[in-house]
Amino acid sequence: MTTARRKIISSLFVGFCAASVLLALVPLALVLFFVVSQGIQALNFEFFTAMPKPVGEPGGGMANSIVGTLILTGLGALFAVPVGILSGVYTSEYAGSRLASAVRFAADTLNGVPSIVIGVFVYGLAVLPFKQFNAIAGGLALGIMMIPIIARTTEELLLLVPNTMREGALALGATRARAVFSVVLPAALPGILTGVVLALARIAGETAPLLFTSFNNRFFTTDLTQPISSLTVQVYTYAISPYEDWHRQAWAGALVLVAIVLACSVLARLATRRLEGMVRG
Amino acid sequence: MKKDLGFRLGTGAFGLLLILIVAAIGFELARQSWLSIQKFGFDFWRTSTWDPVSGNFGALPFIWGTLYSSILALALATPISIGIAIFISELSPGRLRQPLVFLTELLAAIPSIVYGLWGIFVLVPAVRAVQTALPDSLRTLPFFTGPPLGVGMMSAALILAVMVIPFTSAVAREVLKSVPITQREAAYALGATRFEAIRAALFYARTGIVGAVMLGFGRALGETMAVTMVIGNSPQVSLSLFAPQYTMAAVLANEFTEAADELYLHALIEIGLVLFIITLIVNSLSRVLIWSMGRTARVATPAVAAQPAPA
Repeated sequence: MTTARRKIISSLFVGFCAASVLLALVPLALVLFFVVSQGIQALNFEFFTAMPKPVGEPGGGMANSIVGTLILTGLGALFAVPVGILSGVYTSEYAGSRLASAVRFAADTLNGVPSIVIGVFVYGLAVLPFKQFNAIAGGLALGIMMIPIIARTTEELLLLVPNTMREGALALGATRARAVFSVVLPAALPGILTGVVLALARIAGETAPLLFTSFNNRFFTTDLTQPISSLTVQVYTYAISPYEDWHRQAWAGALVLVAIVLACSVLARLATRRLEGMVRG
Repeated sequence: MKKDLGFRLGTGAFGLLLILIVAAIGFELARQSWLSIQKFGFDFWRTSTWDPVSGNFGALPFIWGTLYSSILALALATPISIGIAIFISELSPGRLRQPLVFLTELLAAIPSIVYGLWGIFVLVPAVRAVQTALPDSLRTLPFFTGPPLGVGMMSAALILAVMVIPFTSAVAREVLKSVPITQREAAYALGATRFEAIRAALFYARTGIVGAVMLGFGRALGETMAVTMVIGNSPQVSLSLFAPQYTMAAVLANEFTEAADELYLHALIEIGLVLFIITLIVNSLSRVLIWSMGRTARVATPAVAAQPAPA
């Protein structure tokens, strides 16, 4: 092959790589554009404070769904944060043990389980026995999805803490538990919190695991044994409905969801940048 | 050390809980689908009748739709993902790198339901317009038959591809990062062009790249909301890109709350069980490939690892 030809092939290849980046950014831009431009039209103060109106009556909001999403993600965090952080502590402290490898494998497996399957699992666990869709089941499903994310983040961040800090604590006569909970974990805590916030943002956007656990509710409720509305399920219900008015509400709901995710991602990014700066000194 | 035993057992118990959850998912799904497994056996996956009224269930169209849509999505997403990974890790100017990583991650952060909403009101009409604009000669091909509905395999595959790209490209990027710099330097020293040097790096990273693609496959198989909203939800086995079809995840999302009798519910849960098993196998395989890649790279680069990393 002549050099000229090889150079042309090389340039074409570089061009293809650059084009694929642009190609991936097109849908991102399109989705954001439509969500913002359509969503902003229906988004007003009423959206956050009013209840859904019956078909045919214009207006109304998603106050009950917003509260529902907050409750469900809160419940999810309640289940997932202790389990995730403590199992992350185990896999980083006893990194070489056989159980740690098994836990790591289980976390990766759980992370890959389709969210709808987790919904089916929790249905059998927490809906079927009580013959009632309920908020706790929804929170449990979201929690199961959060656990592996938090566990792996905790492990990675704990491994970043310099070993000398742990050794220093141990040399002063601290027990392992004391060294971890008073020295190592606090050092990694800001990073872990960032990971938890990111996990919360991801989980707040989940629909599939809620479809048959917390289901949906037209009314305002904080009763955890009752079905409860969530932003995502409400957007789904409205999106597949035949009513113009509901479509507008769906776009507004989507805008709120995207805003939550975006805000959390940007905050997390800024936080990690500051953390990195602190570590490097 | 005795005084640390409590700590080890205490945190280990939470780790064990993770393993138990995964085991419990498999066990529960198998238990709750027992009626269907017993009644239909392997025929469940070979027949296409889905008739809840007469209690006859065959899941072939669903598994077909899941595999077909995922493979199409993969065919679209794989070259683009690898292109992105190469651009970010090998070609892009340093200042662009972080923003590009952030933007591709954003693609993964957008909730599935938002993709679905966008799919219904923007993508589906666009696909419908493309189909009506197709010349008649093309429309007789088996890939393009059917009325112009917009909802169908094409819309599902496109949206899946977009959703899979960030996962595959992120892993491919990590894999490329683990290729020792000496590989590229050696190629350049021999007079290779940029493409030839990157090709050498890609060849070195091939196991990891395959792992990255499989990880994307696992994601596509289980994706629910966006696909449910655009695929048309019609159980049929068809090659046509424009035919409305159905996936395993979509039938769960649509019919689960309607399953009135026990056999119907068990048949649906069996679909969930098989989806669980398939994604389990695909994900495990992909982990093994990525992991083995990371290991050979580490073994092969003691000299590089000992040096300070280039800033």
